Amino acid sequence: MYSASDLRKGLKVQLDGEPYIITDFDFSKPGKGQALYRTKMRNMITGNQFTQTYRSNDKFEKPDLEERTMQFLYSQGDEFHFMDTTSYEQTFITREQIGDNINFLVDNMEVQVLFFGEKAIDISLPIFVNLTVTRADPWVKGDTSGTDTKPVTVETGYQLQVPPFVEEGVKIQIDTRTGEYMTRVKE
Amino acid sequence: MLSTPGLKRRSDFIQAVRAFFLDNGYVEVDTPIRLPVLLPESEIIPFSCENQFLHTSPELCMKRLLSRGAQQIFQICHCFRQHEMGQYHQTEFTLLEWYHVGRDYQDLMGECEQLVRYLAAGHTSFPALGGKDTLQRDARTVSLATPWQRMSVEEAFNTYAGMGALEALKKDCFEEVLVTEVEPNLGWQGPVFLYDYPVELGSLARAKADAPHLAERFELYICGIELANGFSELVDPEEQRLRFTAELAKMDGHSAAMPEKFLRDLERMEETAGIALGIDRLLMLFMGAPCITDVLPLTRDDL
Repeated sequence: MYSASDLRKGLKVQLDGEPYIITDFDFSKPGKGQALYRTKMRNMITGNQFTQTYRSNDKFEKPDLEERTMQFLYSQGDEFHFMDTTSYEQTFITREQIGDNINFLVDNMEVQVLFFGEKAIDISLPIFVNLTVTRADPWVKGDTSGTDTKPVTVETGYQLQVPPFVEEGVKIQIDTRTGEYMTRVKE
Repeated sequence: MLSTPGLKRRSDFIQAVRAFFLDNGYVEVDTPIRLPVLLPESEIIPFSCENQFLHTSPELCMKRLLSRGAQQIFQICHCFRQHEMGQYHQTEFTLLEWYHVGRDYQDLMGECEQLVRYLAAGHTSFPALGGKDTLQRDARTVSLATPWQRMSVEEAFNTYAGMGALEALKKDCFEEVLVTEVEPNLGWQGPVFLYDYPVELGSLARAKADAPHLAERFELYICGIELANGFSELVDPEEQRLRFTAELAKMDGHSAAMPEKFLRDLERMEETAGIALGIDRLLMLFMGAPCITDVLPLTRDDL
């Protein structure tokens, strides 16, 4: 169990049988009065947000959350299928739960799948992923137009800005936290 | 965490606090901070320390000095309160507390005005000061010119929350309404004193003679931030024992003992007014700092 004084940004708690993550948090305590813990939370399954004020004597259950390393197999319709590489157990999560991670997800990629009890609810990607550039304007040597980046498309369909020398067919490293170009990958 | 020039400012500021009190006939005291028993306050959780407690304020010890004849005393010390961490809270923080025998809470509001104005006038090089008798915060200008507004708690609740303070207390939402609807509006034109709290919220304060459901307690607000809490001290040991019994009944074990030596001394204490002011918070306002941690030499998270 957590008590109200454990609340902080990023803590995960269970309310009414569902996992929530605290997205914003503010402690206040007027004069010699009761401590108030003003808290904004997001439901980790539905994404719904709500705001609530708690007091010192409020208690919270710890959600049964576990991360497992799994490999992305394929997507079918709205379902994204993953496999546990040791037990070969398979599971899927929905397009909505994948969210922006879809921009960096390719077949066979190893990711961390978050389980709430037996149910997969979210994934977290490696910080850096290597993706192949599938469309890029050619680099004109001696281009003095002054622009120091150009747009390219990678194999997932994601578009980003890269330096002008990056050409079609090469692999680039992307930071999945920011979605930004890091470097060219030598194979 | 403070920069090296910031450390110098904090030091200058604290020396100026000392100078103010020493010039006004006060004696500085330094009382023990590890105590075997604390004043029972159900909403303040102490840290325990080798079967004793770190004090949550110097009130108990300073009042014992008063009952032994001290007339005007002040103290600047670190206090410790479990779980209090936030934009304006640290579990370890610096409190200024002072007592003046023969005065009441109205007199103390005046002393409080003088102190803050003295400090502001002496530190015009601090980022939020500078203008004549003004303080800047969130792109707004607060006038420090006296007299400062004095508003009863009841009036403040009616004005800003459309609900009386006693009504809020009955509905068990006094703190929520105070924090969300009243406090954010206080002290933006000039500092504001809220005064006359429900007696349940001033367990060490004297009840008003003509309205015993209210305590002679006040709080100072500047820019929505609570800075100081003062009152006419309760000096009736029998009444104090009843109030402590009520507090103890609300507590679940922590430091739950009757401070008998304190109550015995209280029999000899004269009418007095006392106040505690958050040094870090006032410095935060003067420095134009968003958070209390910005004005501390080291914060809990730095350790």
